Amino acid sequence: MSAIPQIEAVNDFVIKFANVNGSGSASANELFAKAILRMGVPVSPRNIFPSNIQGLPTWYEVRVTEQGHLGRRGGTDMMVAMNPQTWDADLAELEPGGYLFYDSTRPLPPSKFRSDIRVIGMPLTEICNAVYQDPRQRQLFKNIVYVGALAILLGIEPEVVEKLFGEQYKGKEKLLASNVQALHLGCDFARENLREPVGLQVRRADRVGNRIFVDGNSAAALGCVYGGATVAAWYPITPSSSVAEAFQKYCTKFRVDPSTGQHRFAIVQAEDELASIGMVVGAGWNGARAFTATSGPGISLMTEFIGLAYFAEIPVTLINVQRGGPSTGMPTRTQQADILCCAYASHGDTKHVLLFPQDPHECFEHAAAALDLADRLQTPVFLMTDLDIGMNQRLCEPFAWDDSAAYDRGKVMSAEELEAGRDFGRYKDVDGDGIPWRTLPGTHPTKGSYFTRGTTRDAYARYSERGPDYIYNMERLLKKFATAATLVPQPVLRPAAEKTDLGVIYFGSTSPSMHEALETLEEQGIHLDALRLRAFPFPDSVVQFLAQHRQVFVVEQNRDAQMRSLLINELDADPARLIRVLHFDGTPITARFIVQAISTHVQQTQALRAAGTKESA
Amino acid sequence: MTYLAKPRLRHPTLATNKVGYTRRDYEGKISTLCAGCGHDSISAAIIEACWELDIEPHRVAKLSGIGCSSKTPDYFLGASHGFNTVHGRMPSVLTGANLANRDLLYLGVSGDGDSASIGLGQFAHAMRRGVRMAYIVENNGVYGLTKGQFSATADQGSKSKKGVVNTDNPLDLVAMALQLGASYVGRGFSGNKEQLVPLIKGAISHGGSAFIDVISPCVAFNNHPGSTKSYDYVREHNEAVSRIDFISGREEITVDLGPGEVMDVRQHDGTVLRLRSLHPDYNPGDRYAAMAYMQRHHEMGEVVTGLLYVDPLATDLHTALNTSDRPLNALGPAQLCPGAQALERLNNSLR
Ligand SMILES: Cc1ncc(C[n+]2csc(CCOP(=O)(O)OP(=O)(O)O)c2C)c(N)n1
Ligand code: SF4
Repeated sequence: MSAIPQIEAVNDFVIKFANVNGSGSASANELFAKAILRMGVPVSPRNIFPSNIQGLPTWYEVRVTEQGHLGRRGGTDMMVAMNPQTWDADLAELEPGGYLFYDSTRPLPPSKFRSDIRVIGMPLTEICNAVYQDPRQRQLFKNIVYVGALAILLGIEPEVVEKLFGEQYKGKEKLLASNVQALHLGCDFARENLREPVGLQVRRADRVGNRIFVDGNSAAALGCVYGGATVAAWYPITPSSSVAEAFQKYCTKFRVDPSTGQHRFAIVQAEDELASIGMVVGAGWNGARAFTATSGPGISLMTEFIGLAYFAEIPVTLINVQRGGPSTGMPTRTQQADILCCAYASHGDTKHVLLFPQDPHECFEHAAAALDLADRLQTPVFLMTDLDIGMNQRLCEPFAWDDSAAYDRGKVMSAEELEAGRDFGRYKDVDGDGIPWRTLPGTHPTKGSYFTRGTTRDAYARYSERGPDYIYNMERLLKKFATAATLVPQPVLRPAAEKTDLGVIYFGSTSPSMHEALETLEEQGIHLDALRLRAFPFPDSVVQFLAQHRQVFVVEQNRDAQMRSLLINELDADPARLIRVLHFDGTPITARFIVQAISTHVQQTQALRAAGTKESA
Repeated sequence: MTYLAKPRLRHPTLATNKVGYTRRDYEGKISTLCAGCGHDSISAAIIEACWELDIEPHRVAKLSGIGCSSKTPDYFLGASHGFNTVHGRMPSVLTGANLANRDLLYLGVSGDGDSASIGLGQFAHAMRRGVRMAYIVENNGVYGLTKGQFSATADQGSKSKKGVVNTDNPLDLVAMALQLGASYVGRGFSGNKEQLVPLIKGAISHGGSAFIDVISPCVAFNNHPGSTKSYDYVREHNEAVSRIDFISGREEITVDLGPGEVMDVRQHDGTVLRLRSLHPDYNPGDRYAAMAYMQRHHEMGEVVTGLLYVDPLATDLHTALNTSDRPLNALGPAQLCPGAQALERLNNSLR
C-alpha cells in the first residue's frame, strides 16, 4: 500500500461525493462543505444532479481552496463513492495518487479498484444496520456517519460540525442529539480503524474574511425584495424555481404588515410562462414593480409578450437562470446559451437590456438594479444568471444596501404635473433620451389617459398605420437603447501586469475560473488585459477595449459563440480579431480549460509569426 | 355606430349623473367596426352601464386581447386607460394589473376566438383565481378580424363564408365559467339592451370574477353561401377597383325580450337563434341548478340569456392572497425595503 504515491495537499484539493438521488446525502454533503468554511478555508461546492427526483446518480463536488479560486478546478483528489451504478466512472475520474472512500460492507473483487490510488473502506451499511432499526434512519445517518469519518481523516474539527448541527436543529433537541450521535459513530470508527494518514488535510486558516456563502437564486430573490418588487408571477422550471420560492420566503419574513398581517406582495404561480409574463406586463403597466423567473424554454414561450412590452414600453424584469439548451437540452446542467435569444427576443426589430452577474453578490445587486432600469427605461430587462451561480452556494462579498437610496420609478407623470398643464404625449421624446413619459391608470379624471397597444401609434398614443409614425417610434426606441448603455452596470477592466496587445472578454459565472486562469497564464508569461462584461447594450468602453487590442479572446459557455456574435453584430467588431474560447458540455468552465485554450492559441500564433506566416484567426 | 365625427361641444342641457358626468363622458373614439356589428351595441351598453353606476371613467381600466371585439375598448370610456394586449392573453395582463392596484375597476373585453381558442387556458385560470373583474366575451362564433374562420364556439355543422363545414363540437364558455368557479355568470344578446345593461352593471359591481358571454352577430362573416349571393356578386365585380372586401352595412339586430320569454332571432346570415330569457323567479343562487338548466335548454335548441348564477358574497384573489389594502403600486421603500440593518443580520446568518 505505502508504495502508492499519494497526493499531498493542505487546504487545496477537490473532493467529490457520488450519491444516489433521493438518498438524503445533499444536506450531509453541504454540512461537510460548511464545516471547512467555518475553519476559515474557502470552499466552492457544486451540485451535479440529474433531471430526476430519485434513483439517478448525483454528485456534490467540493473544491477546498485556500487561494480562494472559486471556479471549478476539474479532476478529483478524493472520491466518496456511494453509488455502485457510477463506480467505474467515478474511479476513473480520480487523479493518480488520489483517494477512494467507499462503503466496504460488501466485498468487491480487486478488479474493481485501481492500483494507483489509495482505497479507504468503511463498512457504513453494516455500522448503520447495527445501530439503527428504522430503514429510513439507516439510510439517512449513513451520510452523517461518513461525514464524521471524513472529518477525522481530513482534519476537520468535529466540534465545528456539531456547532453547525446546533444551528440547524435549534429547538429540535431530539434531531440534534441523533445527528451528533451519528457523527460520533463515524469519528470513532475512523479513529480506531482508519489509521493510515491521508495526504489531504484541512487546516485552520483565516481566508474567508467577512464573505457570505449563498446561492445566486436566493440572492436574486432578495435583490427583488430590496429593489421593491411587489408582484411576482412564475411557473416552475429548473433551475429557476428557487428564485420564486426564496422570494416567497423573504417576503413572508420582511413584508407582512405587523399590525394587520396583510401582505405587501403578491406571488402567483401562474398556469404557464405565457401567463406569468402576462401578469408581469399587466402589473408593470399599472405601476407595480414586477418580475418573473424562468429558464430557456420559458423564455421561448414569453417572447410574444416580451415584444409587446418592448414596443408598448412597459417595465418588465425577467430573471433567466440559464441551463443547457436547446429544447430540454440538459435541464440540470449549466450554460450561457440564451444570450442571443434574450438580446433579440420576439419578432420584428427588438433589442433588450441584459445584465450578467458574476456571483450571488451581483445577483442581489443586479436584481435590484434591473427593477430600477426597467422602470427608468420602460422596457424588459433580463437578469442573465445560470445554474452554476443560481443553484450553488458561492462565497461572495456580503450584501450591502444604502438606506438613503430611493427607487428610480422613471418618468411617471403625476396628477399634479398633468393638472399644471404639462404636455403629455405618451410616446413623445421630450427629454432627448428616447424615454417618453407615462401615466398610470386612474391618475387624473380628464388628463393623461391613453390607450396602450402593440400596434403602431403616433407620439400621442393614437392608433396609426403611417410609415413616419412607425419610423419615429422605432428610431426613438434605438435612442432609448443608447441611453440604456449609459445606465447599465459598466464593464470591469482588469489590466495585465505587463503591457499587452492581447485581451480577453468574459462575463457571468465564468469569472472565478477566468481569474484563476489569468494568474496561471501570467505565470506562463502570457499577459492579457481582461474585460468583464456586465451588461448589454455594450457601453463605449467595450468599443475602446476592442480597438486597443490586436486579438481578443471571448470566453463563453455555449457552442456558437453567442457573445462574440453580439459584439460583432452590435459593434461592427472585426471577426478576425475575436477568438472563440467555448465550453459547452454542461459542466462549469474550468481554469484549466481556459488556460489550455488560450496558451495553445498564443503558442500557435507565435510559431506562425516566427515562421513568417501571416497570422490568421 | 356612426361615421360622423362627434361634435366636441357638450350640450349644456345634457343630464349628468351623481359624479357629475354626462353620458358623452363615457364615450370613446369613433368605432371602426362594420356598420351593424353587434360589438358596437355592446360598447353602447357598457357606456350606459358605467353612466348609470356613477363610475368615474378614469377609475376603470379596460383591457382586451386581439380581435374586432378586443378593439372595442377604444370606443368607450375615452378617459380610462386601455390596454390592447396580445391575442388570447388578456386575462393574465388583467390579473397583473389588478394585483398592482386593487382600487380600480377592471373591465376585460374579449372575443370568442380570443377567449375560447388561443386564450382558453387563460380564461379558465382567471375564472378559477377569482380575479375581480367584469369579463365580457363578444361572441360571434367566428374570427372577425382575420376574416371569417371558425372559432371554438361555432356550432357543429355550420358553414363558413368559404363554405367549409365545421365538424368540431362547440365550446360553451358560460358552462365552463360555471364549472370553473366564476362567481357571477350571465349571458346576453348584443341587441337586447334592456337585459344587457343590467347584466353588465351587475358584473361591474360584483366582488369576484364576473363573466358575461354576449352573443354578438358579425355582419361580415357569418354568412352562408346561399344567402350571400349579392354579396359575392358585388365582391366579384369590385375586386378590379379595390382589394378591400366589400362588407354591406346592415341594421344591427335588436330584440325586445322580456323576462321568461322565448324568441326566434333571425341573424344576418339568415340562420335563426332561439333566445330564452330567464324567468323572473329563476333562482340564480345555485351553481349546479344553473348548469343543469342551461344544459336542458341547450338540448331544446334554446340559448338561455340572463343572469344564470351569482354568489353575492364572493371575494377575490386579493382576499385569498391577503394583500394590503393600500395598492401595491402605491407602496414605497419605507413599506417594501427591509433596510441595511436587516441585511446585515441576514449576512451574518450566511457565514
Ligand atoms: C398569436 C396570434 N395569433 C393569431 C393572431 C391573428 N388574429 C387576430 S384576431 C384573431 C381572431 C379574432 O377573433 P375573435 O376573438 O373571435 O374576435 P372577433 O374579431 O370575432 O371579434 C386572430 C386569429 C394574432 N393576432 N396573434
Ligand atoms: S368583421 Fe364581424 S366582428 Fe368584425 S367588425 Fe365586422 S361585423 Fe364586427
